[in-house]
Order: sequence, then C-alpha cells, then structure tokens
Amino acid sequence: MNPETTDATPSLPTGTDDQPIPANRLRSKDLVGIAELSVEEISLILDTAVAMKEIASRPIKKVPALRGKTVVNLFFEASTRTRTSFEIAEKRLSADTLNIAAGTSSVVKGETLADTVHNIEAMSPDLLVVRHSSSGACHFLSRICRAGVINAGDGMHEHPTQALLDAFTIRERKQRLAGLKVAICGDLLHSRVLRSNVLLLTKMGADVWLCGPPTLVPTGFARSGVHITSSVDEAVEGADAVMMLRIQLERMLGGYFPSLREYFNVFGMTPERVRRAKPDVLIMHPGPMNRGVEIASEVADGPYSVILDQVANGVAVRMAVLYLLSGGAEHEAVA
Amino acid sequence: MPVVMDADRMSRTLTRIAHEIVERNRGLDRLALVGVRTRGVPIASRLALRLREITGQDVPVGALDITLYRDDLMHNPVGPQPLVRSTDIPFSIDNRVIVLVDDVLYTGRTVRAALDELIDFGRPKSIQLVVIVDRGHRELPIKADYVGKNLPTSHTESVAVRLVETDGCDEVIIEKIAGEEAV
Repeated sequence: MNPETTDATPSLPTGTDDQPIPANRLRSKDLVGIAELSVEEISLILDTAVAMKEIASRPIKKVPALRGKTVVNLFFEASTRTRTSFEIAEKRLSADTLNIAAGTSSVVKGETLADTVHNIEAMSPDLLVVRHSSSGACHFLSRICRAGVINAGDGMHEHPTQALLDAFTIRERKQRLAGLKVAICGDLLHSRVLRSNVLLLTKMGADVWLCGPPTLVPTGFARSGVHITSSVDEAVEGADAVMMLRIQLERMLGGYFPSLREYFNVFGMTPERVRRAKPDVLIMHPGPMNRGVEIASEVADGPYSVILDQVANGVAVRMAVLYLLSGGAEHEAVA
Repeated sequence: MPVVMDADRMSRTLTRIAHEIVERNRGLDRLALVGVRTRGVPIASRLALRLREITGQDVPVGALDITLYRDDLMHNPVGPQPLVRSTDIPFSIDNRVIVLVDDVLYTGRTVRAALDELIDFGRPKSIQLVVIVDRGHRELPIKADYVGKNLPTSHTESVAVRLVETDGCDEVIIEKIAGEEAV
C-alpha cells in the first residue's frame, strides 16, 4: 500500500502510526480453518469485526470497501443462516455477490467439484465462499483456486466463521477469552462447529469442557487439552459460557442414544442445570435449535441467552474476514 | 527534526480556533464535532472542552474511521489491508453543523473519504473543516475553514502532529522521509 495517498494518518504497516500492531494481515489468501490461524490473526479478525459491527447501526448500512469485487457463494449443502449472513456481509461491503446452490447447479448433471469451480473461476471472482458436505473440500479448493476460499462449513471438519462469531460474542460480553470456562454440550462427533470452537478457544487460552453421550464423543480430543465428561452438571459448574450443539437428527440413525426424550433428560440444558453456572453465564447455540432436545425453551429464550446476538455478530465477523482476505496473501505481495 | 509547533503554541492555536468556531456559527446550538481517527479525535475532544469554557455549552463529539472509504483500498491487487477502527457517532447528524477535525491536511483524500462517510450517516446542514496543519499539495478541490498553521512542505518531508493522548507530548514536527530516494 502506498501511504503517500492519504493525508496524515496512514495505517503504516510498521505500526508507528499508533500503538505497535501485532498483526495487520492474514497470511493466507484463504480461510480454510481455525487450525491454520495464529492467535494474532484471530485477534485481528475479532478486532476488525468490532469496527464492522457499528456499520449495522447506521442509517445507510453499506461501506464502499469491496466495490468492484465479486464474491461467489457456493453452497453444496443446505444453509439458510450462514448463506444469508455471508450475503448480507458481502452486500454491506459493496461487493457483487452471486449465489450458487447445489440443487440448481450443474453438479446435479454430474460435473466434478474441480470442474464446477474452474468454470466459476474462469469468470474471475475474487472470493469464493464454500459449503460442502465433504470434509476437506475447502482445503482442496484453496489449492486449485487463484481466488480466496472461505470455508462456510465442510463436512465434519471445520466451520471457522461460526467459531469466530462465537468467540466475538463471548469477548464482547466478557472482554476476554483467556481463563474463561466454556462448556460445550451435545453431539460432539458430527460437529464441525465444535472442532473449530475447540481449536479457537484453546488457542485463546479458555478452559474448555466438552460434554456429550459417550457414543458421540470422538477420539482425539483428549489430546487437545480439553476436559471431557459425560456429566452435564460437571461441565456447567461455574461456567462463563455454555454452548449447546444441535443434535443432528438427520445423522441419528446410528442409534447413538435410546430416544430424544432420554437425551433431553440426561443432557438437555434446563433452567436447573443453568443455575450451576456463573450468575452471568452466556447461553449460546449455533442454530438451528431443537427445542426440547438439547435445550429447553425457557433457557433458549431466557435472560442469559445470546443466541440472537450470535446471529447479529455473524455478519460483522464475516465482514471482517471478507475485508481482510480481499487484500490477498502476504506471500503473493512479496513475490 | 525541527519542531514547528510546541505544546504552548498548540494550546493557544486550539483556543483561537474554538473562538473562530463560535464567531462564525453565532452559537453552538446545532453544532457537533467529528474527529477523524486517529489524532482528529483527541483534538476534537479538546476543542469541545474549550467551546464549553467559552460558551458554557456542551457540544457532542464523534469519531470517524475512514479506512473503508479510502480511495486506495483495493488499488493494490495484493497486500495487507489497512487496519479498521471503530466509527462512533452517537448522535444524529441530520440538520446539524458538523465540524470535521483532522490533524494534517495534505492531498485532501482523507477529507474526501470522511465527507463520503459522513453523508452515509445523514444530511448535515453544513460541514466545516478544522486542521492543525495545512501542508499544501492538494490533489482534490478541498479547503479547510479553520487552520492552525499553514506549513509549506515538499513531498519528501513528512509532518507529524503529536498529541499527549496518543504520543505522550504535544508538538508538530517536520522531517525528511527516510529512504525517499529509493521510492
């Protein structure tokens, strides 16, 4: 960037303009997962999202930052919340957006993922937002695409923007992440939200407790420094935030637990269980909720629930990611 | 690294500008100050204090971050994006006189971005511009209404306004840009 083109306060990469800046860029052109992000990059995204959130309160909810950029939303798997959130974020930054859903694309005619994306790339988009049912699809695309690829959920792998908006919501209320006790309860096995959240929260120094039926606890998490328990009471005890994960009814044919009612009785978040947490606990859910399965309606609609804040913050966090990635990658700038 | 304005001079300059704002606007009823980040914000707060000393009236103060409106934002095909900070205008700007405050007026591009951003918040009655230093070299048809000091400079020099709030001391310095020959 050329600092000579602004008046007196250019954001010099040296950080001499203000306080020293730990990170002012993302190293990659893509956001495939939280695993690839450093603590500084996560902080940069969350800090940028604070500024982006203010835009939603303006009379004209639009800034010209991504004017002339084309963003393609490529959803090979159903999504309302995430796709809408990305689309609003793109429009608020003045990007041109295009939505392609699997059902209406040539995927149904048998085209491969690589061919579909190469065809889209031939029309020179700047960023691709991709959701796919296969774990690793975004990583694969990030290697074959020139455009930046943002993972909007791939199989059982990661859903990085969801974890970022969860962290933003906690940080907004608690002013920090380090040292907080965060309990995450539900279907731990199939959840990409969980995987991204565990990676992000442990990187940021939170004390993470996972709770779910033993049949839905994946192996491997024990090594990541989190606590795993099958007792909701133990997980929630003294927690600063409680995240409920959706019981993915479409994946429950494997007989992981006897019945939904029994699941609710043993693992459901009830007002009685919430009382074990800190008095100012945050109740979170990435949606869509199954009321009466993983969470009681009184809790979902209760005073501690920040579930709708999460949705609002999702737009700000996605704006931050889109903005930061639209500049391209560091290694390209050097080359 | 010559100092062209010290703390005492800066204080008197701000007092003079505050008086000029009162004189020109015949009162402060529909007036608000908006500082351009970073250093325009503390300067706007100081002007608000002086305006209260002079008239006894409180003037609302806002902060504007123009990063997302910069005209060079997407001109480098690749590279890091400038850091975005929060804009905070906690009042309606409709039908108000907005006094925009920045530290240095140079090419005018920051002010252009600030004007565009302000208009997205409403329709002010008018917008006036305060700068501590006007160093010339305008690239856009923009002029300040209140100037602390006109400072003729060359492109190979940089002007830095330092403030207690952001830099630990009040002064304006002028210096050669290191490595300018290499550019």
